[in-house]
Parts: sequence; C-alpha cells; structure tokens
Amino acid sequence: MTSTTAGVATEVRAGVATEVRAGVTAEVRAGAAVGATVPALLELAGLRVDHGAITALKGIDLTVRQGEVVALLGANGAGKTTALRTISGLLRPAAGEVRFGGERIDGVPAHHVVGLGIGHSPEGRRVFADMSVLENLQMGAYRFGRAAPEDLDRVFGLFPRLAERRRQIAGTLSGGEQQMLAIGRALMGRPELLLLDEPSMGLAPIIVAQLFDIIGEINAQGTTVLLVEQNAAQALRLADRGYVLETGEIRMSGPAAELLHDPRIREAYLGESAA
Amino acid sequence: MSAVIEQRTERPAKAVSAVVVAGLRRERWYRQPRLRRLGALLAAGLLLAVMTGEQGNGKDLLYSLRGTLASGRLWVCLGLGVVAWVLAETGAPLRAAAVRLLAPVTAPIARGGELAVRRRGVRVTAALVGLALAVFVPLALSRATNQVLVDWVGIYILLALGLNVVIGWAGLLDLGFVAFFAIGGYSAAFWTGHLPVKPPFELNPFLVIPVAMATCLIAGVLLGGPTLRLRGDYLAIVTLGFHEIIYLVAKNSDGLTNGSLGVFGIPHFSVGLGPVQYRWKLDPLDYWWLLLGLIVLAVLVLRRLEHSKVGRTWAAIREDEVAAAAHGVDTVKYKLMAFAIGASTSGAAGVVYASKVGFINPENFPLLYSVLVLAYVIFGGMGSIPGVLLGAGLLAWLPHALKDVVDQKDRFMYMGALLVVMMIYRPQGLLPARRRRRGEPTPARSSVQTGDAQ
Repeated sequence: MTSTTAGVATEVRAGVATEVRAGVTAEVRAGAAVGATVPALLELAGLRVDHGAITALKGIDLTVRQGEVVALLGANGAGKTTALRTISGLLRPAAGEVRFGGERIDGVPAHHVVGLGIGHSPEGRRVFADMSVLENLQMGAYRFGRAAPEDLDRVFGLFPRLAERRRQIAGTLSGGEQQMLAIGRALMGRPELLLLDEPSMGLAPIIVAQLFDIIGEINAQGTTVLLVEQNAAQALRLADRGYVLETGEIRMSGPAAELLHDPRIREAYLGESAA
Repeated sequence: MSAVIEQRTERPAKAVSAVVVAGLRRERWYRQPRLRRLGALLAAGLLLAVMTGEQGNGKDLLYSLRGTLASGRLWVCLGLGVVAWVLAETGAPLRAAAVRLLAPVTAPIARGGELAVRRRGVRVTAALVGLALAVFVPLALSRATNQVLVDWVGIYILLALGLNVVIGWAGLLDLGFVAFFAIGGYSAAFWTGHLPVKPPFELNPFLVIPVAMATCLIAGVLLGGPTLRLRGDYLAIVTLGFHEIIYLVAKNSDGLTNGSLGVFGIPHFSVGLGPVQYRWKLDPLDYWWLLLGLIVLAVLVLRRLEHSKVGRTWAAIREDEVAAAAHGVDTVKYKLMAFAIGASTSGAAGVVYASKVGFINPENFPLLYSVLVLAYVIFGGMGSIPGVLLGAGLLAWLPHALKDVVDQKDRFMYMGALLVVMMIYRPQGLLPARRRRRGEPTPARSSVQTGDAQ
C-alpha cells in the first residue's frame, strides 16, 4: 500500500501526472455515480453562524457522501471558512444542525470532534512554526497519544518532500511544503472526513496542480474530502460535486462537471465573459 | 519638425527629473551612517558625563546637568566618544587582524563549546559542577552576601522557574504572578497559627509547602478557569487585576490577614524525626541549601514535563492555539495546567520566604516583583531552564553587586539599561530554548557529525 502510494506520488511529481490522475478520477467518478445510494457522511441542515452582529452563514444545506470529494466555492467573505470551522467545532452555530455519520455534532467542542474522525487543515496552513516537521505530524496524531509508524509512512509516501525534511523546523519550509505539512498533519489523525481550507492559497500553479493530484490520491485511498477553494477550476476538476457559496448562502450546487461548464461559474470564477 | 520640438521640450524635463531623483537618492549629510554613529557616541559621552557627575537635585532639575556642562569632565567624556568613533571607523583592519591572530585559539573553543552543549554527558557534568559550586561557595562568602543569595537569588530563581512554565512554555502572559507568592506566604502564616484566623491544626513549615502548593494550584484554577479563554493582552490585564485583588484583600481584611500591620513570628523550618533533630535559624546558609534543594527538585520535575507530551502540547498552544484545538488539544485544560503548575511553584517559594524572614505584610508582594520576575525570565531565555536559572540568578544578584559601585538609588537604572541593551542585541535571551532559536543560524549537519566522530 505504502510503496504504491509513494510510487504514484513520485510519478505525479515526475510529470506523468495526467494518466495517473485520469485513472484515479475515473475510479472516483464511478463511485460517485452510485452516489445516491451511498450514505451521507456529513450533513449541514439550515446552518446559521453569526460573528457578533454579522451573520456569516444564513442557513445553508450541504451534504457530503462517503468517498466523495466535494468542493465548496466562493469569493472572499462568502463564509467558506466559517462553514469549515463550524464543522470542526471551532465555532458554534446559531441555528441548524451539523450531522456526522448520522449523529449531531454541532456544539461538540473542537478537541472532541477530531476524535470522531474529522481532520481539519486550516486556512493559511497554520503549521507549528517552531516545531520540526516530525513534531508537527506528532501533534496531528494527538488523539492517539503518539504517531503510529504506518501513519507516518503513509504521509511520507504521499509527500516525499516531508520525509526529506522531517527534522527541519516547519517555519523554514516553503509555502508549498507548509501546505503539504498541514494536510499531512490532518491525515495523522486518520480522519474519515478531511476538511481542506484553501490549500491553493498563495502557491504557484504548478505546486497547486501537484497538490490537487495528491488530494485526489488521498481520496482514492478512502478519505472523504470537503475542499474549500477560491480556485474554482482546479477544485471542480478534482471534485465530484460542488457548492457555490455567496454572502452566506448556497447559490448553486450540482455535479462538478456541470458547474465547471456553467456559464455563470465561468463568468464569476474563471474570468470568462458570459458572451 | 514637430518631432524636433518634442525632443527639445523633453530633454530639459528629463534633466530636471534626473536632478530631482539624484537629490532624493543622495543621503542627507547628517544621515550618513558614519556621522550618525558619531552623534550616538557623543550622546553616550554626554550621558556618561552626567552619570559620573554630581547627584541630581529634586528642587533644581537642571542642577546636575549644569554642573556637568561647566566641568572639564564633559570634555573628557566627549573626547572618549570621539576616540571610540575614530577607532570604530578606522579600526576594521585592526580588528580583522586581531581576529585572524586569535582565530587558532578562539575558534576551537567556540566550536567545542557549541558541540559540547549538544552532548548529554557534558550538560550533566556542567549541571553537577554548577550545583557543587552553589552548595560549597556560599560557605566562603560573608553572611550579608548569603542573605542576598537567599532573599533574592534563591527565591527569585524559584519564582522564575514557575513563571517560565506559564509564559515560556504555554505562552500565557501573567503579570500577577507574585499574587501566588503572596498566597504561599500567607498560607505559611495561616498553617503555623499566626493569622487572626486559626487553622484547625498547626503544621511544620515543611508540611505547609505541599499545602500551600495545593492552595495556589486551586487559586490558579479559580483565576484561570473563567479567564484563560482570553488571549495575550487581555489575559495580562486580568492577571494584573488578580494581583490587585490579592494585594488589597491582604491589606484591608484586618480580621483575616492582620491588614497592613502584617504577620509576625512565622516559625522557622524544623525537622524532628527521631534522631534527626534540626531547627533552621536565622543563618542564611541553612535556608540557601533548603532553597537549593527545592530548586533542584523543581528543575527535575519541570524537565520531565518539558520533554513529555504535555510540554509539546504547550508548545503547540503557544505557537497556534487554533491549530492545536483543531488537532484535538483541549486548550483550556492545558493552559489551566500550566497556570496552576506555575502558581504552585510560586507558592512553595512564598512559604520559604515567609518562614525565613518570619514577618510578612502586603508590601512584601508589590506588582513590581511580578514585572521583575518576568524580566528575569525573558533575560535568561523564555522556555529554557538553564537560561532561566542563569538569568534570574544574574539579574537578582545585580543590584547587590552594584551596591558599592554606584549610587544606591541608581541601581535599578543600570538594570534597566542592561535590559534595554539585551533586548536590542539578544532578544532571545542568554541561553535561549531550542524551539525559540529559529532566527539563529544552525550549524551545518556535517559539522555536527564530524564533532560526534571526534
């Protein structure tokens, strides 16, 4: 398992990406086709979140099924990060429900949510800057007390760069490497559902492409992914389904392929004129 | 034709803009680094003249300055400034030559020191030698010196070790730390039966230590519980308020603490176990060794904590609380733990202090002491136990070392100056913690390996 993962990752890095990606995506799409019968892993129902006097989310509904990659798109301030933080318990909703595996988890404090199987790679990476790569990963495995070797192997297989730099202080890593570390750290808690908050933020397009390939790989290994992005094109190419969030409300939703070709999306997020 | 005209009009415009740009780019003469250094050294010379001159006078603020300006000393000091400047500006080749000459001697020492610190055996030996010195050297010192060693150095090292947990490891800015010291002191007074309120049974000061630590632990939890959700500056203000509450309660509840009159006659430590009978007396040496024992104990326990999962969790909270919470850390619980552990260390120091001096009143616990302890921790190196020991030891000692050198009233001014210089040139502290050394260049891996091979 680990060795094939490493193989795939290296291939991806070597630039033979397209074929591998196509394979992975086809597999996932096949899974998504039977999606209707797959149980919902995460459900948001009428979720409203206030920041003081401002309502950041005005009652949104969203479903993530087992095995999917779901993209949550939107501009700055649309409420994407608020949604993720509410799911992982860092914020409390004013109304509505968050259900994970059928159980209500809104109001469960953040440090218990991790134990339920939700991993959160926060916006802006937020690695522990004065700790080494390895110590960061150890913190990711906090719920188990200490990191299991097979989890470390898995992360290092996905991100060989991190294996090379395991003793390096995280604050001295490049932006792309820090993002890899943030994702790897979230994976160390063996999440069923991985929440990724703008992994492409501030990274060069080529790094973003590599990163998204690896996210596809993580999904193919069986982790469900909820991906928050401003980079709509990249996100929709990876995702099975997408939601578009605008000023705290879901404006559009549907299969990723449809959204990708929707003229409104192309205009708003891909910089093309509707005409 | 029109093209020629355009060229002509363009040319002067270009010339003008070039002059303007050149004018902007040229440094003003007084901004040249060389002259700025001269200015700084002359100002330092003036300061030196004033400092070495006559004492100031409260009624005439310019008295000392006038005296200085009239004296020849001013010119000597300014001359020193100029000489220093000339040396600094022209001395680069000289300095380089000196460095080159001494390099065969200094380089191995510096590298050896760096490598030695990384070795466990060397660190342990250094700690043992330091401990041996701390045990035996005071035997040769005067009683007054030992007095300072106990009342200032020992007590403050213990306090700084406690505060280091709170601020150095968990990253919580606690400005009311001395409140716990006070609680420790008053616990000693209470449990030995010297407060207006009497305890159910009286205890030997030795037994008061764990009781006082528990009391401070509870006080830390009581204060921390509702407030540790706050961050940074807000928490600092709350702890400031906590100190004020403890201080004012101690000062005003006559029926509880005897108010500002204070408490007298807190007994000394004593041991009465069968054949082992000993009473601590006023002799500072006994108390120094007692404190040393407590410090060693605290260091051993805190080192274990630092390198445990708890220590790493504190580091995570300090670096990014949100990320820590997102990975399953119960941040409030761990912050509370740091707060309580720091408080209980402080409480133990309070018991020893109260018992040693035998008399406490609220004025023994002013806010200034919290600030001093904080300065000691930062001076030594936040988060580093050797740093805190050294920093607190040196700085607590400094005012007394200066006692016969400078004017009594000026002692803390020199300490302030030292802190300012330190924060500019070495903000990470004397012996910084490994985690906080990010800014420093780390020696290349290869050199470490060759060092290990040697």
